[in-house]
Amino acid sequence: MTTNEQADDAPAPALSIDDLHMAYVVRGIPRDVLRGVSLQVTQGEAYGLVGESGCGKSTTAYAALRYLPSNARILDGSISADGRDLTGMSSRELREFRASHASMVYQDPVQAVNPVLRIGPQVAESFRILGQSKAEARESALQALHRVRIASPESVMERYPYQLSGGMLQRVVIAMALAGDPKLLVLDEPTTGLDATVEAEVLDLVRDLRSETNASILLIAHNLGVIRTMCDRVGVMYAGRIVEEGTVADVFDDPSHPYTVGMLNSIPRRGVRKTDRELFAIPGNLPQIGDPLPTCVYVDRCPIVGDVCHTEIPPVVARSDGHWTRCHFPDKIDEVPQPEDVSSVAEIGDEEIIGIHGVSKTFRQRGQDVPALVSIDLGFASGETLGMVGESGSGKSTLAKTMVGVHEPDDGGAITLRGREMAGKATQRRHESIQAIQMVFQNPDSALNRSWTVRRILARSVKKLTGVGGDEADERVREIAAAMRLSPRHLDMRPRQLSGGLKQRVAIARAFAGDPEVVVCDEPTSALDVSVQAAILNLLALLQREQHTSYLFISHDIGVVRYLADRIAVMYVGRIVELGTTGDIFAGPVHPYTEALLSAVPSIDGVAADRIPLDGDIPSPSNPPAGCVFHTRCKYRIVGTCDTDVPPVVDAGGGHSVSCHLSLEQLPTPVQIVASGSDSPG
Amino acid sequence: MGTNDKDDGRQMLRYMIRRVLLSLLTLGILLVVITLIPNVAPGDPARKIAGAFASPERLAAVTTSLGLDDSVPTQFAKLVRDVVTLNFGESFTRPGESVTGLVRASLWNSFKLVLFSLLVVLPISIGGGVLAAFKKDTWVDRSIVTTGLALSSIPEFVSGVILQAFLAVPIAFFKVSADPPNSGIATNLNYLLLPVLSVLIVYFGYIARITRAGTITALEADYTRTAFMKGMSTSEVIRKHVLRNALQPTVAVTGTQLGYLFGGLVGLEFVFNYPGLGRLILDAARGADYPLLRGGVLTVAIIYMLATLTADLVIAWMNPRARLSGGMA
Repeated sequence: MTTNEQADDAPAPALSIDDLHMAYVVRGIPRDVLRGVSLQVTQGEAYGLVGESGCGKSTTAYAALRYLPSNARILDGSISADGRDLTGMSSRELREFRASHASMVYQDPVQAVNPVLRIGPQVAESFRILGQSKAEARESALQALHRVRIASPESVMERYPYQLSGGMLQRVVIAMALAGDPKLLVLDEPTTGLDATVEAEVLDLVRDLRSETNASILLIAHNLGVIRTMCDRVGVMYAGRIVEEGTVADVFDDPSHPYTVGMLNSIPRRGVRKTDRELFAIPGNLPQIGDPLPTCVYVDRCPIVGDVCHTEIPPVVARSDGHWTRCHFPDKIDEVPQPEDVSSVAEIGDEEIIGIHGVSKTFRQRGQDVPALVSIDLGFASGETLGMVGESGSGKSTLAKTMVGVHEPDDGGAITLRGREMAGKATQRRHESIQAIQMVFQNPDSALNRSWTVRRILARSVKKLTGVGGDEADERVREIAAAMRLSPRHLDMRPRQLSGGLKQRVAIARAFAGDPEVVVCDEPTSALDVSVQAAILNLLALLQREQHTSYLFISHDIGVVRYLADRIAVMYVGRIVELGTTGDIFAGPVHPYTEALLSAVPSIDGVAADRIPLDGDIPSPSNPPAGCVFHTRCKYRIVGTCDTDVPPVVDAGGGHSVSCHLSLEQLPTPVQIVASGSDSPG
Repeated sequence: MGTNDKDDGRQMLRYMIRRVLLSLLTLGILLVVITLIPNVAPGDPARKIAGAFASPERLAAVTTSLGLDDSVPTQFAKLVRDVVTLNFGESFTRPGESVTGLVRASLWNSFKLVLFSLLVVLPISIGGGVLAAFKKDTWVDRSIVTTGLALSSIPEFVSGVILQAFLAVPIAFFKVSADPPNSGIATNLNYLLLPVLSVLIVYFGYIARITRAGTITALEADYTRTAFMKGMSTSEVIRKHVLRNALQPTVAVTGTQLGYLFGGLVGLEFVFNYPGLGRLILDAARGADYPLLRGGVLTVAIIYMLATLTADLVIAWMNPRARLSGGMA
């Protein structure tokens, strides 16, 4: 137990973590996870923690409410909130603290509520704990749901969780978290896994509630854009230590630690494209929990490492007021290598290699027709990347699966290879058609046979796709592995022995085993950390330059799509509402849906001038709105036209087409990002 | 809000109807199989019953009493009639006694044994499982799991004999026979104690393990964390959030095991000389008492069906999502 030294008359910080050392005991051995974390969240402040997986940011978040697994050990340091020491609290005090002083919202709202209980009682429970009667708690729950902008709280109270969308459930979780009017709100990846449009709504809500309640916020996110738009200050965590801290503008625009610089360079920012430069992939791997890192935690991967870094813990060096870095050589920060410029550019061919002509896909569900794809027309030239964006449920993955022959398109549509129509089902396709279209999935774990070695996985694909066997196949496996930057020793490992990034490389190698024409990439980097994502994106761009492969690149990350894609298709309720070159899409004019989609993305470069909110959920494809499918959520809708007539295709020139009733002059341009000053946004 | 309540009620009702129809379908299939067996099984059942040296008249009489000279559809119709009217004719081996009466007496005995067993086995096993889940990877957990595993490898009729030898023989309080001389509740419980202990020995490990797994999943679930973060106490969290999710697999397993408890405890009933359904079926089979065998088997099958039906309905009550699936489309 530590006593709290309270500063003279300044109010105690909402959260104060001081030199916290923690370990998880695994098989009897304590493994270090936090190596001296210190941070303070002052009253009313929003503090962000960023870092890649395993850096200890979630452990820090849970430590703030002292909700730790039984194998966690606090080795040293203290945690206090509002001047109250958490480490010494009895379980009764801790319960009282959680009920009325601090609360938490986390990732995956669908799991965060009890699936077998109605929403009402679950929210009311948060008020019952505060001593309210059953009737009072019910009334309070109603108010709480109202407060998080749920339109019809009475009916939501009576529902079960599975009847609500993810965004709605996250509002419910936030409503429960706010029950005791907490002074401290800890948000652990609150919008990860939600669509950009839903994410933007949840973030808006948190921002509004923050000004209403004046609660302090500790926000954990791997998405730097979220931190930039939501927080006043940010701490960059690496291997259990905060290596840099300052205002969001200082840290993101003037990074002073080699890790921060590397991480920021691994993200496509400020509209950089694959034709401009590579992304920076930090060499080496993230340290594991428990790795011995006695001096600087970044020493093994640092490009400006010196002798002293191996012998002494780096000091905290102030850069400007409130901005500091934990580095021996902050003045050598400009020597950190910048990403390399790309010298050669992949040539985009003229001939259409794969064509999608009037392809529709209708599923039958409970005796009802569900049109998941409605007459899609797309063509892929060699060496071209077609980016595909749209909310969940817009039909992106259905299109991907139809292309590779998992789903058979409806009669009337055709998928062609060099002008020749191919069979709908993969099982009926000719060998060369199967070879021509391959796929890379989001989750390599489920795509790779767990019990096989990498060599066997690749050899099978080589045999299946090219027909060669024996020594020739072995040779080909070694070639592909080398092309994917996999070392020979990886060939004899099994998927579970590989990191996420390496597994995705194997999955890509598998897809490339038969020299495909088009590789369909469905969210291939969504599960990866940014520095690993950079390496995968570089690899995809490199393979394209060398082999002229085309990609259908599906991603919810607009920044990544902008970096990699030559053209972008925007999907909504099974239809392509806009198609154009990446430059044209970001310059505008654009479809109203595209405008809203682009404005929803939180940017790490600053704050969007104006966000265009999208009301309501994406309509179900089983019951699409009449006329323009987007009219129910469109702020430009023309009553009498948009709700009755299917929109015409507006030609914006240069192959840029927009399905909309607005004329070219009336179509909006995307919002621009303005660099925010060091004062807090909003 | 009212509309949603009504929707929920309607959903539950629709699920119940689907599930009951499915059970009736199962029963129908079972009746078809029971009808077909004597017709397709090798050898003449009437000959087996009447004996190798029976006179042709006697053989014909037995065949008629079995209904085997009817066409198969007629046999089936008669079987359905018997089930609906609960009239399975007279026993061969105990002339003058109706099968229904014999089955009813045994069923009542089995019911007493099963009910007492459940009242003992479920609380102890569920408690053990929940405790093991809470003390996961500690010596408490390991001893519960290991003990359960070791005990469940002893068949109930073996543990029954052991209990008789080490408890009933030296201590007068424990009874070698489970069939009490009079029917007072206390006496009944006293006499049933050792068979119930045998059932506990064989089932404790199984049910505790299922409960433990379900509880661990529920304890690690995010909604449990939410409940703790609300500031609820551990016992509240368990009562209000953990158990209802954790016990669904336990309910399902208990449902499927009920059928076995009613008809499968042949060895145990034999060891304790207890006239339950298992003994009835065994005796009927040995005495080639075909009507009694048929009545006994059908009873066990129907109980099994009712037990799984009840378990499914309980699960649907516990978990709203379960109401959407299952049963016929």
